[in-house]
Amino acid sequence: MSSDDAFTLGGRTFHSRLVVGTGKYRDFPTMQKAILASGAEMVTVAIRRLDLQAQGEASLLHWIPKELTLLPNTAGCYTADEAVRTLRLARELQIGGERPLVKLEVLADQKTLLPDGEETLRAAKQLVAEGFTVLPYCSDDPVLCRKLEEAGCAAVMPLGAPIGSGLGLRNPYSLQMILDQAKVPVIVDAGVGTASDCAVCMEMGVAGLLVNTAISGAQDPVAMATAMKLATEAGRLAFRAGRIPRKLYGSASSPVTGIVGK
Amino acid sequence: MRATVNGDSLELPDGLSVADLLRHLGVRAERVAVERNGAVVKRARHPEERIAAGDVLEIVTFVGGG
Repeated sequence: MSSDDAFTLGGRTFHSRLVVGTGKYRDFPTMQKAILASGAEMVTVAIRRLDLQAQGEASLLHWIPKELTLLPNTAGCYTADEAVRTLRLARELQIGGERPLVKLEVLADQKTLLPDGEETLRAAKQLVAEGFTVLPYCSDDPVLCRKLEEAGCAAVMPLGAPIGSGLGLRNPYSLQMILDQAKVPVIVDAGVGTASDCAVCMEMGVAGLLVNTAISGAQDPVAMATAMKLATEAGRLAFRAGRIPRKLYGSASSPVTGIVGK
Repeated sequence: MRATVNGDSLELPDGLSVADLLRHLGVRAERVAVERNGAVVKRARHPEERIAAGDVLEIVTFVGGG
C-alpha cells in the first residue's frame, strides 16, 4: 500500500481527510486548539455583516493557522440567489486564490435544516459559470449528487444526518450508491456525532468528512477533535486495507485438522 | 446624505467613497468585503466608488461557521 494517500479538490492537494467547522465554540482559544488537534488542513467559515458597534473585537482569522485553506459557506441562505450573492462577497474577502473553494449550502427550512436540492443545483450552475470551485452540501440522493457532479461541482457533500443532529450515518445504502457512481470526491457533511461515525463513513470509502458541532459541542472539544482525527485515519486505512466480506456463519481461524485426540 | 449600512440608516458626509466610508466607520478594509446596491465593490475600486444618497451597503466579514 502506498504511503501517499492525498486527495485533491479543485486542483488543491489535501492529506487530512477531516475538514472542521469554526462555529459554536465557547471561545477562540478552544477553537484554535481543536483545529490543531483535528489535523484539518481546511476549515469552514461563514460570512456575516460586520458588527459596526463591536469594532476592535478579535477577528476569527487571527485564530486560524495561516497555512489552512478557508472554505467559506453559505449557511443561512434559503435561495440560490442569496447563496450566490454571499459567495461573491466571500471571494472578495479572500485575497488571491483562483477558482476559490466554496461550500454551497442552500437550506429548505429552519426546522429540519435539510438542503433544498433544486435551489442548490441552480446555485451550483451559476457559481461554476462564475469560476468558483463548488463543494455542495446536499441530501444523500444519488440522483441529485449525479446532477451536481454533471453541473461541474468539484465534489459532492451528502449529509449523514441533519446538521447538528449527531445521529451518524442514517442511510449507508444511499451513500454506497453515491460512492459507486461518483467520479468526484464524496465528503460526508453533517450528522457525525462521535468518532465511530467518522470511522464508519471512512471505511465505506468516502474521500473526507466535514464536522463542526460534534467537535465544538463536545464537553472537551480538543479531545473530541483528536478522537475524530484518529477515527478518520483508522477508517481510511481500513478502507484501503480491504475488509473481509460479511458472512452469516462462522469460519474458523485456526486449522481444522490435527486437533489433539481426533 | 442618508444611506443604509448593514441594515441601519446612517447620516453620512456627502461625496464619500467606499474607502472613505470604511475609514469613517473605523473599519480596516483588508478585513471586510463591501457590496453596494447588491453588487460587490472590488477592493481596488474602494477609493473611486462614490456612495450616493439612498444607497444600500453591506459590509461583511468571516465569522465562525460549519
